[in-house]
Amino acid sequence: MAQIFAYIEHKDGVADDSALELVSAAKKIDAGADVNALVVGSGVDGLCNDMAASYKEVWKIDKDDVAYPNAEIIRGMLLNILPGDAIVLFPHDTFGMDLSPGLSVKMDSPFASDVVDFEGTDGSDLKMIRQEFGGQVSTHVKADISSGAVITVRPGVFEPDESKSAGGSVVDKTGDAGDVATKRKFLEVVVAEIGDVDITKSEVLVSIGRGIEEEDNIEIAQELAEAMGADVSCSRPIVDAKWLEKSRQVGTSGQTVKPKVYMAMGISGSFQHLGGIKGNPYIIAVNKNPKAPIFQVADIGVVADILEFMPELTEKIKEAS
Amino acid sequence: MEILVCVKRVPDTEENEIEINSDGNDIERDDLVYSVNEWDNYAVEEAIQMVDKAGGSVTVVTVGDEEAEEVLRREMAMGAENGILLDDEAFEGSDGRGIARALKGVIEKGNYDLIMTGAQADAGAAQVGGMLAAMLDLPYASLVNSIEVIDDKKLKVGREIEGGNQEMNEIELPCVLSIQTGINEPRYVGIRGIRKVASVDIPTHSASDLGIGADEIGEGAARLKKVDYFVPESGEGAEMLEGSTEEIAEKMIEILKAKGGLK
Amino acid sequence: MESLIGPSNYFLFGFIPMIIFSFLIPMVGVGCFAYIMAKRVAPLVKAAPDYRLNRIPERIIHIIKIWLLQWRQPRYMTAGVLHIMIFIGFLVLSIRSTELVVVGISNDFVMPGFGGALGSIYNVLKDYAATVVLIACIIAAYRRGVVKPKRYAVPEKYGHDHTGEAIFVLGLIGTLMISESLFEASEVAASQHDVFLPPLSLVWFESLILSGASDGVLQAIHVIAYYIHDLTFFFFLCFLPMGKHFHVITSIFNVFFMRLDKGNTKPVRHDVTDEQLDDLESFGVKKIEDFTWKHLLDFYTCADCGRCSDQCPANTVGRPLSPRFISIKGRDKLFENYPLRGEFKESKPLIGDIYEEDEIWSCTTCGACEEECPLGIEYIDKIVDLRRAMVDEGMVPQSLQKPLGALEKRGNAWGKMEKKRADWAADEEFAETCTVKVLDKKETAETLYFVDSISSYDDRMQDLARATASILAAGGTDFGVLGKKEKDSGNEVRRFGEEMLFQTLKEQNIEAILGSGAKSIITADPHAFNAIKNDYNNDELPPIEHLSQYVAKQIKAGVLTFKPVEDGSKVYTYHDPCYLGRHNSVYDEPRVSMDAIPGLRRVEMDKSRDRSFCCSGGGLMLFYEPEEEERMSVLRVRMAAEAGANVIVTACPFCLVNMEDAIKVAKMEDTMEAIDFSELIARHMNQ
Repeated sequence: MAQIFAYIEHKDGVADDSALELVSAAKKIDAGADVNALVVGSGVDGLCNDMAASYKEVWKIDKDDVAYPNAEIIRGMLLNILPGDAIVLFPHDTFGMDLSPGLSVKMDSPFASDVVDFEGTDGSDLKMIRQEFGGQVSTHVKADISSGAVITVRPGVFEPDESKSAGGSVVDKTGDAGDVATKRKFLEVVVAEIGDVDITKSEVLVSIGRGIEEEDNIEIAQELAEAMGADVSCSRPIVDAKWLEKSRQVGTSGQTVKPKVYMAMGISGSFQHLGGIKGNPYIIAVNKNPKAPIFQVADIGVVADILEFMPELTEKIKEAS
Repeated sequence: MEILVCVKRVPDTEENEIEINSDGNDIERDDLVYSVNEWDNYAVEEAIQMVDKAGGSVTVVTVGDEEAEEVLRREMAMGAENGILLDDEAFEGSDGRGIARALKGVIEKGNYDLIMTGAQADAGAAQVGGMLAAMLDLPYASLVNSIEVIDDKKLKVGREIEGGNQEMNEIELPCVLSIQTGINEPRYVGIRGIRKVASVDIPTHSASDLGIGADEIGEGAARLKKVDYFVPESGEGAEMLEGSTEEIAEKMIEILKAKGGLK
Repeated sequence: MESLIGPSNYFLFGFIPMIIFSFLIPMVGVGCFAYIMAKRVAPLVKAAPDYRLNRIPERIIHIIKIWLLQWRQPRYMTAGVLHIMIFIGFLVLSIRSTELVVVGISNDFVMPGFGGALGSIYNVLKDYAATVVLIACIIAAYRRGVVKPKRYAVPEKYGHDHTGEAIFVLGLIGTLMISESLFEASEVAASQHDVFLPPLSLVWFESLILSGASDGVLQAIHVIAYYIHDLTFFFFLCFLPMGKHFHVITSIFNVFFMRLDKGNTKPVRHDVTDEQLDDLESFGVKKIEDFTWKHLLDFYTCADCGRCSDQCPANTVGRPLSPRFISIKGRDKLFENYPLRGEFKESKPLIGDIYEEDEIWSCTTCGACEEECPLGIEYIDKIVDLRRAMVDEGMVPQSLQKPLGALEKRGNAWGKMEKKRADWAADEEFAETCTVKVLDKKETAETLYFVDSISSYDDRMQDLARATASILAAGGTDFGVLGKKEKDSGNEVRRFGEEMLFQTLKEQNIEAILGSGAKSIITADPHAFNAIKNDYNNDELPPIEHLSQYVAKQIKAGVLTFKPVEDGSKVYTYHDPCYLGRHNSVYDEPRVSMDAIPGLRRVEMDKSRDRSFCCSGGGLMLFYEPEEEERMSVLRVRMAAEAGANVIVTACPFCLVNMEDAIKVAKMEDTMEAIDFSELIARHMNQ
């Protein structure tokens, strides 16, 4: 079996949650494989040492060029250091999506993206599960990984491997990575404005999705939130429709929230949305559609029209207090 | 500026329940209606707006059969000047790389300053743009949600990244961009618009026209093979509360109190 | 002095013959007027065609009723009565004014036929007319200048206030009245004979005042009054086409040419058949000349009275639309592009220049403005034409693109599957009591129940479909539905400017209806009712009735009878849906049917029948997100509460959607409920 490499995303010296999830994912591909980490950045020694607890080898590229993770540069560097038959794992996020398809072409390896589970190997074929049509159906796919593979793994679906028993070592590959010229220059990150409420700090969120139907109905959610002492957040369609400001959006393309209780009102529960909910909150879902994916992740579910349910709940809460 | 936008015809799945066919190798497609992939539509609108400002023309290309012509015409009705259809049985069953290979063939026959794709389509793979760029050795940026033309050699593009933030990059032309929804407000195309371009000739290319060997495309060449489709098991899932709205609300209040959801 | 020297014989300073001015003033006046009118007509010639010389008797009836008898004026009582006073005064005085012009040339001229008794009667009439007009002008000026009714106000975004122009013109009219009467009063005062003057008339007062004046003064007043009148008269004539008083000239034409039918929509172009639509280069109104000549004449005719906007629900709730300014802005653009002096200007696209996208999408096509306009100005067709142009240019709000796409692909705005269109009939409880046939090759029926999309697919509105079906069954009617062959009626598709999509839906529905072999059609959806009745324009289609008409008929025939009202303490009110009431004049049948339920207490809202207040619209309007300060439907449920009602009955699924929503938003769940006519009937009928 070839070597498995997990790309470690990090920010401000701290590894992304995906760093330990990829350990689990790699073990699911091949429980006996050696799993190495790829850490690219500037001044990443501390992070590399942290990762050595979970990975056999931590391949470090420490250069000023990659102080910001420019996928175009990092792709070239990885090509310079990775063995041709490496199995490379990325989280399926905005960085992984940016870098990995091109890497697979350049490595001439099969590519599988947004994988939600691995089902072992059959000869040299690795069996994986993906989802299509917005998560409505799943599909088994397989790829011959004998000459390597590039795979992006859906964030949040694998339990982070907290065992930290790898006792690995850090290998400096900075020299081998070389200098990579790029035609795409990183300029800056424009930080999204924080609105009047910082939902990332909220303990209780009443979060609304398409089920709210109309802009005017947002009031109904606000009243419930007020009665509960909660804040209102939402899913992407609400922001696309400009009914709430971007800073209220929960999801991979919005805010990451860590509440104690998350009320998903009329939210179907796409993985992009769920990707923005961290810290294992208690999730209460209300949705008209009994098949809505949100019910798979929620603790408590109610099949109801939120426009009828929310006012009733508001009323009852007011009565109770 | 000459812009090529790669588009895909996909089933409209939002309002419809997707079911799996009896063989389990595809979804039940009989009752589905198709349209252009939403992300691609934003890409075409963006291309048209760029050409409106900077001059040039927009070409749309798709890999598919005659039915895929409909989406080309729809995008042409929006304002894309040319359409190209890549139609060959040999393309059937291609994985993302096969599709990218076919597109590479048509791009090499033309002279484009900018190639756009949607950030993703129905399969949710988000792969063709990046693969295409790598095959063509062109710079690439994904999830683009703003484009500003600096001059005829450079663009300033914004990428949507985590936390609702935007990563700004300067990218040299020619390049490949994958476009995120929300970058603009696509214009409406009605039946009339499509009829207006109904008679515009859409050249069709086969694999051999593009010099693509049978070993590079189609099911045989696919590196990622689809085994089957299935409906995910619902797992343990949520405990469903039942009863009258009133009863449910009362139960929920108790739970909220217990979990610290009420202040 | 025996009598004063008339203007035709008068020499100023003893040597300037005034008769020169008597010739000159009318010649210059008429010349200027002809020149101005030629410029004003120019855009009408370039405008889109519209054949309006048909159905002359109906048009003459409009002239008599709406123009001559001022039928719509008293809907606003004070302003209406004042206007009638001035209008009738003008009509009476027009003869005298013409006569006076000739008197300046020939002193003893009398209108032919007015020499004898008729002349004497006329003289009395015109003296009182002038008096009445002057009084009306003074009151009107007081209203405009001091009372300032709200509907005359000009919001800042539409430019400056129009009060100055109004008062100036009232001043001109006053001047005409006073100078005409002074001309006569001075002569009477100088006369040594007893001349009869109508008591308490203006001229009577003036002659009393002048009775002591010297001959010289009287002579001066006589001649000066004449020429002030002459000058003012011709100045006024040339001033009319400069602004809102153009209606004095154009109103008779505008009323003659006004629309004769209700509910229908104008074709894309009157000179192009539906089959030729594909050949048209451009759709709808993009530039001002793309309007029909009648629509440009509307702009000229607008009297700026503000009644349309006062009735307009969109304007009332603060949407960016005021029909009055659709006209005023259009008129000002015509004046600007077709100036009296200098070259005509190249027209620019209207959207973004004088109209905004949101403004044009804000209209619910309820028709309140047209119903009110005393001059027969059309708005809906203009809005539809502007929307057609926006659709043609791709300028469609994102929120409307999805439903339009779904209508194209699936025949309904929600993108639901065709095969589920008749699923409402499969509801277990309902299916036990009522079977609904789906008309295809095997099944036939006398009557087709056209359900339309919202009642087919919306969970709540399916209740209306079931109620309707059970009423038809109870009425002993052999009926069926089209099932998956039925498409959306397209009423709003057409009114939102997507003409080609409407044509497609229309063709599919016509084919399905004719294929069903049904002899009559019934629908409970006023939008479907209107589209099939007024827009489908197909002679082979069987006649269509709204459910309320059917119910009223079956009650009269004794087929439908009712149990006493379920809850006698409830007070009901009926909300007229726009597409049933205003657009199709079905006002009485729903009321008569409701009143047939024993013990049902019914009150009328202030705004009812042809002044009904739109619920905020149906069809695609449900998908449009307007900027507004409050919801129309919330205002409407409050109106129902003010009328003392606690149940709003409507006869349209869209009205019901909006009302039910509004009751929640207004937090009136405990005091108000909304139900559909079909539900009310189905609940109370004896099976």
